[in-house]
Formats: sequence, C-alpha cells, structure tokens
Amino acid sequence: MRRRLIPARVGERILKVAGWSVVALIVAFIILPAVVVAISAFNDRAILTFPPQSWSLRWFRRAFTYRDFAVGFQNGLIITAFASSIALVVGAGFAFAIDRYSFRGKRTLEAMLTSPLVIPHFTIGLGFLILAAQVHATRTFALVIVCHVVLVLPFVMRSVYVSLRNLDGRLELAAASLGARPGMALWTVTLPLLIPGLFSGWLFAAILSFNEFTASLFVTAQATQTLPVAMYNYVREYADPTLAALSVIYIVVTAGLLTLANQFLGLGKVLNVEHAR
Amino acid sequence: MNKRPFLALFVTPAVLAALASAAALAAILQYAFRAYVPGSLDPGGFSLANFEALLRPLYAQVFVQTVWICLLTAFITLVVAYPLAFALVRTRNVALKSFLLITAVTPLFLGEVVRTYSWIIVLGNTGFINSILMGLGLVERPVQMMFTTFGVVVALVHVTLPVMVIMLAAALSHIDVDYEKAATSLGAGPVKAFLTVTLPLSMPGVVAGVSTAFAWTFSAFATPQMIGGGRVSMISTLVYQLGFASFNFPFAAALSITGIALTFAVLAMAKQAIRPLEKIGAH
Repeated sequence: MRRRLIPARVGERILKVAGWSVVALIVAFIILPAVVVAISAFNDRAILTFPPQSWSLRWFRRAFTYRDFAVGFQNGLIITAFASSIALVVGAGFAFAIDRYSFRGKRTLEAMLTSPLVIPHFTIGLGFLILAAQVHATRTFALVIVCHVVLVLPFVMRSVYVSLRNLDGRLELAAASLGARPGMALWTVTLPLLIPGLFSGWLFAAILSFNEFTASLFVTAQATQTLPVAMYNYVREYADPTLAALSVIYIVVTAGLLTLANQFLGLGKVLNVEHAR
Repeated sequence: MNKRPFLALFVTPAVLAALASAAALAAILQYAFRAYVPGSLDPGGFSLANFEALLRPLYAQVFVQTVWICLLTAFITLVVAYPLAFALVRTRNVALKSFLLITAVTPLFLGEVVRTYSWIIVLGNTGFINSILMGLGLVERPVQMMFTTFGVVVALVHVTLPVMVIMLAAALSHIDVDYEKAATSLGAGPVKAFLTVTLPLSMPGVVAGVSTAFAWTFSAFATPQMIGGGRVSMISTLVYQLGFASFNFPFAAALSITGIALTFAVLAMAKQAIRPLEKIGAH
C-alpha cells in the first residue's frame, strides 16, 4: 500500500475546512456590496467616500421625499399589481392546461411563452416600443403592463406547474366520484390545494415586475416611469448617497419577503424542481 | 362528457400573451429591414443597409467584445457558483441551508440597478476597495476599476451568480450520494470521488448553467452602462444608444435580431453538448 503523507482523517478535515473557507469567501463576495452600500447610506457627506467620517440619516429622508422616487414607487405599484395579477391568471390557466391536457400547438405555445427567459430584456423592450410606435400609441401604463406580463409569465407558469405536479390527483377523482362536476371539483378541491403555488408565483412575478429595469427603460415615459428607472436617472444626475439609502430599504424588504416565502412555501423546493428539466 | 373541460378558457389568455410577444418580435424584425431616415422616427423603405453596417469594424468589434465579456463572465461565475451550490445541496444543517439559499437568491430579485449601484461604491476611485488599498499604503493612487472591462465583469459575475447557483444546485440535488459512497468504499479519496463521480454527473447542470449565464450576461444593460460608463460597450448599451441618442431604431432592431440569433446559436450548441453528457448520468 502507498504510504500517505498525512493520515486520511486529518486530510479529510483539512479538506473540509478549506471547502468551508472557500464557501465563506464566496458568501462574502455576494454580501460585500450590500454591506458597503449600507455603510455609505449613513455617510453624512454628499460625495461617496469610504469610510464615512460622520454619520446621518439625511439620505434616507431625501430618498423618501424626492418626488421622482415617490411617483416611481406609485407607478411601480400600479404596474406590478396589474402585471403580476394578469400574469397569474394567464400563467396558472396555461400551466393547468399543460399539466392536464394535450392539444395542438401546446409545445409551440409553451416555447413562445417561456422565450422571454432567454431573449434579452432590451430586445423585448425595444420590440414593444416599436410596436407602440407602429400603431401610433403613446407610452401608456397599458404598454408597460403588457410588456411586464410577457416578462414575468415564465416564472408564474413554472411555479404553478411545479405545485400542480406535486398535487395528489386522487383528491379530484374522489370529488368526482362523490358527484362533483368538473367545475365544482376544480373550484372546491384543486384551487384551494394550489393556493401556496399560486401565491409564490404571484409573489415572484410581483417582485420581478417591481424591480424590472431594462425593458421598462424602453417602454416607460416620464409619466409612467417606474422606481428602478427613476433610480437610474438619479445616478446619472447626482452623486450623493440617496440611492444607497434607497438600496438599503430595497435589500431589507426583498430579503425579508424571500425569507417569509421560504418559511411558508419552501423556496428550495420551488427553485430546485424549477430547473430540473 | 367533455374530456377537456375549460380548455379554451385556460388556453385563450395564454394565446393572447404569446401573440403580444410575437407581435413585439415581428415589429423588431420588420424594422431591421427598413432604412433609417435621419431626423425622422418613421423608417424608410426596405433595405439591407442595417445588416451591412453590422460588418463595419466599429460594430463588429462591439460584437466580439460582448461575446468575450459573456464567455468570461459565464466561466468565472461557474467557478464561483459551484462550491456554493455544492455546500447548499450537501449541508445537513437546516439553518445554514436556508441562509445559503437566501443569500444566493436574494440578489436575483433586487434588480440590476440596485446591484450595479452598490458595485460603483465598491469599485469607484474613492470607493471601498481603493480606500482600503490606499489606507494600507499599498497603492499611491486609486486603482482604476470603474469604466474598465475588469469592473464590468466583476459586477456581471455578481449579477449572474444566483441563476448559476440555482441551476447547479438543481443538478447536484438530483445526483445520488450513494455513487460517491460507492467510490469511497472502493478506495477513492474524497477528492478523487468528487472528480471522477460527482463532477461528471453534474456536467449537464454545468452546461445548462454556463449557457444560461451567457444569455443573461448578453441581456445585461444597467451593469455595462453604469460601470462601463460608455468606455466598455456591449450590444445592449449600443442598442439603447442607437435608439435613444440617435433615434436609429432600424439599426437598433437589426442589432437586436442578430443578438437573438447569437444567443439561440449558443443555447443550441449547449443543448448538443448536453446530450452525450446526459447518457453518463442516466440510470
């Protein structure tokens, strides 16, 4: 037998420590920008410097009072509410149809609806912008909403499809055998069982729509601009840490929502199965 | 009785949505073959001039640079994401698992602007890294990282990481740990077991992750725009510039179409590459 320089057990331990150190470094790389942004958000000076010499909350105040952010936030809520809800209805219906039925054009339709996952957002934004110009429509809320529905639909479809797969079909059969008509079984058995999947799909869609930037930059006008677009315009005009303050709020709210989603819905399950094609 | 109750009700909205995205793509396709009329928002007649212009060195160079940045980002992201995905799948500590998952996934939902802005504070001349380097006396003058390909790639890796971790974790979670155990019981050390068993079995996930990362990087706009600051051009920034600075929508459309063709070619190649790999993992 070959002589080992280090006993196997020690070797394994070294390997384990090295492995976890690498993981810790990667986690640090992911978190670093968020930490740096959080520190600079409390910087009193108007120029980005590091580390801050004195501290203040003035940039949080400015983030809350800057008019474009308030308008962008409201516009974002309107667009997100419509886009994610429409996407939920469209996506859930279609996911059900994919799961249960076979029909002509099923694969084509599915491919068309999931294509926004690989088609660049700037292309989709440009497409809707040109489309609006061709029919001489102005850049209204409707245009932004349609664009967002198309963009978030794949995520809703996946989410609902995964929960449909995990559903016990016998429950519906039981309802049918007890005399429930298809509509009744759907309404009283399938739908309630699907609620976690529907909710997580809607939540993903809402977060993605609210934060969508590239396509929104193309299809929004001054009156319909969303928060990310307002933020982008702000960086181009000012160099103060207002955006850092806003970013901190963003990061805290998003991480909070995802932690909640993980608690109640099992994010890992949704995401793991999601890409296991 | 109807075997497919409510089929029309469920499918019609989806058809409408598909038509909307098809109409948007058709609009781009149509504009790509129209002439640019300077000073007018309406395009001229049929023309192939836009595609001819793509061959000009100025634009061809942007294409080459975009592909280079996408490849670089995809491979660095793979190297960074793999250990994290592995730890995420293999750890038995539930709290640690949730922490790793939330950490890996949150950036995905933050949007490109917030993430890119934080990298400006990290990479800028008066930013985090330069303050530390100068504070320690390691450098005299700030190291230029903003407006460089290096800065853009670092931020893009950060933007692409979540999706890569998700795809790798999906692949890794479907590998039976027993194969590894079998290798170990036959005398392979943990490193050898990983290299000869787990890594090959995860290759479909690796290829899928790299090709998706490529497509995502290609799609990125805020990062090259804000960190590249006009000095690092990608197709996305060029399309925006052509559209909103010179209102040359026909040429922007031609660029977009070529970009889609490129993305689909890369994805198709990846699909070809996965096919033999999946046979290894078949059981």
